[in-house]
Amino acid sequence: MTDAESEAIPTPQTAGRGYLYHRHALVVRVTHWINVLALTMLLMSGLQIFNAHPSLSWGKSSYTNRAPVFETGAAITADGRTIGTTRIFDHTFDTTGVLGLSTDGGRQVAKGFPSWITIPSFQWLAMARHWHFFFAWLLVINGCVYLAFSFLSRHLAGDLLPTRLDWRSIGRSILDHIRFRHPTGAAAARYNVLQKLAYLAVIFILLPVMILTGWAMSPRLDTALPGWVDFIGGRQSARTLHFVVAWSLVLFVLIHVFEVLISGVWNNLRSMITGRYRIAPEPGPREPM
Amino acid sequence: MSADSELPPRRLRRNLLTAVGGLLLGGCDALSRTEWFPGILKAGETLSRRVQHAVTARKSMAEEFTERDLSPTFRSNGTGNPNDAAYQALAQAGFSGWQLQVDGLVDQPMGFSLEQLRAMRSRVQITRHDCVEGWSAIGKWKGVPLADVLTLVRPSAAARFVVFHCADPMDSNGTKYYESIDMEDAFHPQTILAYELNDATLPIANGAPLRVRVERQLGYKMAKYIMRLQLVESFGALGRGRGGYWEDQGYEWYAGI
Repeated sequence: MTDAESEAIPTPQTAGRGYLYHRHALVVRVTHWINVLALTMLLMSGLQIFNAHPSLSWGKSSYTNRAPVFETGAAITADGRTIGTTRIFDHTFDTTGVLGLSTDGGRQVAKGFPSWITIPSFQWLAMARHWHFFFAWLLVINGCVYLAFSFLSRHLAGDLLPTRLDWRSIGRSILDHIRFRHPTGAAAARYNVLQKLAYLAVIFILLPVMILTGWAMSPRLDTALPGWVDFIGGRQSARTLHFVVAWSLVLFVLIHVFEVLISGVWNNLRSMITGRYRIAPEPGPREPM
Repeated sequence: MSADSELPPRRLRRNLLTAVGGLLLGGCDALSRTEWFPGILKAGETLSRRVQHAVTARKSMAEEFTERDLSPTFRSNGTGNPNDAAYQALAQAGFSGWQLQVDGLVDQPMGFSLEQLRAMRSRVQITRHDCVEGWSAIGKWKGVPLADVLTLVRPSAAARFVVFHCADPMDSNGTKYYESIDMEDAFHPQTILAYELNDATLPIANGAPLRVRVERQLGYKMAKYIMRLQLVESFGALGRGRGGYWEDQGYEWYAGI
């Protein structure tokens, strides 16, 4: 985007007319779609891995004197029905059909997450691990390419770091988002401040925490510096954080896709495929009253 | 700009989503069942093994914990009591007739009784056991360093792996559990042949009379009910050739992740 930023500034010739400009660099577009693939595969294989032990604890091990903080299971009710249950801290919910008990191949199966959201769809831990670690490496390598490009091309400094003006307009940006209003004209050519902050949080907080908590679950990497895992609460805390941050990423994706849908889905998709983004014509100058 | 007018009709959207989801899941299941695709996926684990060995020392030590961290009961997983007549006879006699055979590529094949192993130098360690399923338990182990046993039998230069042959049958064909580790892990100071758990004789549920601790890898590497150690140059001729019972079922031989 940076190299084309000058294109984004409307000239007297383009102002008021609507025009296409080069919004996303090739590296950004390619790494974006690799991220889509890798994160989807990681989530779905990760949930299959979770299903092998559908329980999350806080601490150094799973077997302490404290109960797990999150657990799915199947239970039999007083009237003899089998139900799926999910417990979060002290609250237990009936989640039949989704968590704890779901339909797989026409029959009810006791499992954490249902088959339609796991890879493989049926219980197969060893295969899920192959998928997970392959796409974890793809995500990491892809992330390194993106970061190197973003530093060198000043995509990071130019497009993602909020400016002083951004910080001052943050209240207004929040209101705009709540009212589903989006910048038009030249302002649409730049990321808005909440968008910048969301992307920065994903790149520099959520994904690094994902990687770190993933490492923490590896018994060999735990030996790199004995005891480092305790800084994030212990191995089982790391597993719990890995799970929570994974769903935080899902939440980000849901909001991201929602914003894409309501701010011009084809224009957004085109810009992430071909790079070209269309700035809509601005209404003409108002007549003085 | 009106967003709604750009979107395909609702029903089309839903059908599209279901179709894409179905293709994705069906495709991933189908790929998992091919011969070639898991081979590509396993590149990830090969890379993990290489990188993990590059960033950690050969003798890097697993974290050791305190008595306060001990799990109230140490979970038993997999076989809890081997369904094997010969093993049951040994257990009945308190394993007095049990002997650990050590052979294969060694200069001096030997047998060790439980008393002989207990008389050797011992190591006590409180470590965390990480199961491939995702749970962990912390236990206190006492045993003889595998390195000490190996030093006595003198591995030949060709020996590359230590194979653990176990007493527990894993299926109706009577396939016995087995595992293997390389010499780096075999000579690691925390790799011990444990005969005590939490200050008591190792229970049958946790692998009596002897199980191995390989603290830098996952639980399935830590064979229970050990009967024999065999030093080999390659494990290709054992079982289905992947180096262990679970490896033969598709799990990775290197379980450091």
